Amino acid sequence: MSNITSTSTFQSITCPACGLLCDDIHLARNHSGKLSVTQNGCQRSISFFSRAALPSSAKIKGNPVSLDEAVAHAAKLLSASKQPLFAGLGTDVNGMRSIMRLADNSGAVLDHMNTNGLMRNIQTVQNSGWQVTTLTEVRNRVDLLLIIGTDVVSVLPRFFERVVWNKESMFGQDTSQREVVYLGGRDLDISAGTSPDGRKPQALPCDVARLPEVVSVLRALVSGKKLHATEVAGIAISDLQNLSERLSKAQYSVLAWAPPALNFPHAELTVQNIADLVKTLNKTTRSSGLPLGGSDGDMSANQVCTWISGYPLRTSYARTYPEHDPYHFSTDYLLANDEADFLLWVSSFNPERTPPATNIPTVVLGHSTMSFEREPEVFIPIATPGIDHSGILFRMDNVVSLPVEQLRASELPTLSVVISAIEKAVTC
Amino acid sequence: MLTKLIGGKVYDPANKIDGQVRDIYIRDGRVVDRPRDGEPVSQEYNLNGKVVMAGAIDMHTHIGGGKVNIARMLLPEDHRGDPVAHTELCRAGCGHVIPSTLTTGYRYAEMGYTAGFEPAVLPINARQAHLEMGDTPIIDKGGYVMLGSDDFLLRMLAAKKDQNAINDYVAWTMHASQAMGIKVVNAGGISAFKFNQRMLDLDEKNSHYQITPREVLNTLSRAVYELGVPHPLHVHGNNLGVPGNVETTLNTMAGVEGYPIHLTHIQFHSYGTEGDRKFSSGAARIAEAINQRKNVSADVGQILFGQTVTASGDNMAQFRNHAAGSPHKWVCMDIECDAGCGVVPFKYKDQNFVNALQWAIGLEIFLLVDDPWRIFLTTDHPNGAPFTSYPHLIKLLMDKTFRNEMLSRISPDAQAMSTLASIDREYSLYEIAIMTRAGAAKLVGLHDRGHLGAGAGADITVYTDQPDREAMFAKPDYVFKDGELVVKDGSVVKVTWGTTHTVKPEFDRGIEREIKKYFDAYHTVNMEHVKVTDQHIADDGRGRVQVHECKGRREKAV
Ligand SMILES: [Zn+2]
Repeated sequence: MSNITSTSTFQSITCPACGLLCDDIHLARNHSGKLSVTQNGCQRSISFFSRAALPSSAKIKGNPVSLDEAVAHAAKLLSASKQPLFAGLGTDVNGMRSIMRLADNSGAVLDHMNTNGLMRNIQTVQNSGWQVTTLTEVRNRVDLLLIIGTDVVSVLPRFFERVVWNKESMFGQDTSQREVVYLGGRDLDISAGTSPDGRKPQALPCDVARLPEVVSVLRALVSGKKLHATEVAGIAISDLQNLSERLSKAQYSVLAWAPPALNFPHAELTVQNIADLVKTLNKTTRSSGLPLGGSDGDMSANQVCTWISGYPLRTSYARTYPEHDPYHFSTDYLLANDEADFLLWVSSFNPERTPPATNIPTVVLGHSTMSFEREPEVFIPIATPGIDHSGILFRMDNVVSLPVEQLRASELPTLSVVISAIEKAVTC
Repeated sequence: MLTKLIGGKVYDPANKIDGQVRDIYIRDGRVVDRPRDGEPVSQEYNLNGKVVMAGAIDMHTHIGGGKVNIARMLLPEDHRGDPVAHTELCRAGCGHVIPSTLTTGYRYAEMGYTAGFEPAVLPINARQAHLEMGDTPIIDKGGYVMLGSDDFLLRMLAAKKDQNAINDYVAWTMHASQAMGIKVVNAGGISAFKFNQRMLDLDEKNSHYQITPREVLNTLSRAVYELGVPHPLHVHGNNLGVPGNVETTLNTMAGVEGYPIHLTHIQFHSYGTEGDRKFSSGAARIAEAINQRKNVSADVGQILFGQTVTASGDNMAQFRNHAAGSPHKWVCMDIECDAGCGVVPFKYKDQNFVNALQWAIGLEIFLLVDDPWRIFLTTDHPNGAPFTSYPHLIKLLMDKTFRNEMLSRISPDAQAMSTLASIDREYSLYEIAIMTRAGAAKLVGLHDRGHLGAGAGADITVYTDQPDREAMFAKPDYVFKDGELVVKDGSVVKVTWGTTHTVKPEFDRGIEREIKKYFDAYHTVNMEHVKVTDQHIADDGRGRVQVHECKGRREKAV
């Protein structure tokens, strides 16, 4: 970018604020470097890009220090640690590459801020696998969209605009005739599921905690089993029977769920049930799963962790080689059981994602506008990928990666620069 | 700085050197004829009695991209059996069937390989493939980008667009994906599966576009030739794994109007339907056809017994075969109206009739194809077996006694269906050097690799000549990468970052307006964002991008 200090306008900018990574954003930049979305925005992108570029200083226990001092102190704390935990991990591909190197060198455990939800998907892959699809396939093929336990739009605001109610489609489908069904959840905002010609979506509400039963029943019906019950969790079996018949008749149904919304014990078994239901449908017709998520760099962190260590997140380098454990290496578990004695928390996209409360020494490499209820031992403000520096991020479907751009001049160091400095200070 | 390798027995088929004792000089990462007048030698290696070859090149290995990473995620239990600890030089990871990227680089280098080519780069996922290869140290890499089930091409074919326009689109895709070649996987079949077709034979029509695989193959093989891309169209045939597919494969060879094609993992496409179990070897017919058709080359995709995982763009075949997988879990994906993927773990068993015969079929093909310049040593890593089993495979090819002993242990019914015991051929070191070096470099289009003549990149492997060829090829004495010693006695002594090889055929940029319009109408990303830049590949000091020469635009020929 030739001149990144003057006012400017941008088109086709990629937005890292949610897993859709919409890359059609128009922006304007004023003299002070403040960005505002001028076209194709949503609530998330508007607030993401409008966060101020505040001058911000590194801090030790809340007191401003130089970057060098903060790095030296962080390195000292890391050196003294017997079991470091690197968590949060809200960063891009290159940021995560540097985290992987430091974790390998210091025997750290790796976990992302979104893994309580994400692990439900990862465990499903590890237990049974799945059949899934990507956004452009949905946009051009879906004829029946079954949404399980979420309104979608609070996770991915422009989902319907971009891949359901798009006007043109590759294979001549009349997209306005697409069927949308919300299964489970209560009082969801389902307005986005209304077709452009005003056709309302079908809603089959129930408590989210009852979804395990409801999904099991639907799967049984799709598999051709007859049930004696007449209702489950308040949903009439006849409605589910009807849904199962429409799924079997659909040419390309898509079953979508948002892992964080499935917030009940052993939700991975429900995700697995959805995945198996999709596999059953594929014996005779085509159907695909679509996990919804992908914020704060979770897909990127998981991809990089997987190719560099061989394992997905919740992986530890404590024994000099990587080990993976979806339960043991969770941030919550390690902190609750005093199994970590140092926390490195990374959140470069979102100042609201602050570290969990803990008494162990904490180093935060965070968004420059981050504030704390309790000041961490060290805070180093870092650049945000897609605003302060360029980078690469993975989209929610785990296939498409997109370049994000530097949009303004920034004095903030990138995560990889800070990590390299800490690494150097540790070895000195 | 000049390095001298003294007195090794050199096998350099590109320069017709067959075991003669030669000295080799290296300056600034390149092989040179001799020192300049008065130029001092800074380093010498006495290689008396050692075998010297160029670094080996794996021309078809799944080392980067979405499906490879899905395979990693799918199999934590397999990784646990092969943990790789951090050392002073090398970073941690894991090995066995689908190693972490770093371990992949170290282990290839430790086996004397200095380059590997990812054969299934999806245009829409090309950046990821390059990112993963970018984290694969020491070896050079590159990719073949997949076309043939992408909506844009099928749309062009359905609209009977001019071949020139198609060539432009093919070239645009190669630029955008930073590719070395074009791959077609189950031509049109990945798309057909999305329209719920479960098989697609060579002359069967995709139900939506009304286009046959034969038309796709003809058009793409011609495009690759006319663009002057050195690597012929890389073909993963239709009907992978289906008994009787030998007919499809023979028809594929016959059907491309003489344009060059490379048939990959041909073992999986060489099955007949004879015998009680309606499964038999088509190896003899396949080998005969390759021997006759000089426009055809193939790599074998040998299976070896044990656990592995199959990762393929062919989700139609993977879905069809998933029930035979073990452990029983699998992933299939439809991807961006562009391609697909399927990942199915497999355990090949020597007492299983089908697996045992697959093993024999692969070896029969190796031994019955006469010309080592047109048959290549692969296991289609990890689909037939992990790449770390290459030394074992080389021993099977070079040592008839060993091979027959192995044969005597497999399913007796499979033995009875194979002619392997009657084949006496043993590969020579010269032939191995052709298959894994000179021939591979020529096939891929690497002008300065795979040989040891002046000007070649100094990728050199030195072995101790041992009767046990598996032991010999498993642990080279020295491996030089771009003139630097990277492996000694089978262990990494220096970590470098290799080069990414690409080609950039000329094309009419006017096609980009069409592609842009198309992306804006139907896709979920901006066309510009599909393009992989040099910076995406070589960021953070990870190697560099080398653009190889294309032969220039050619008229329809042959
Ligand atoms: Zn392959």
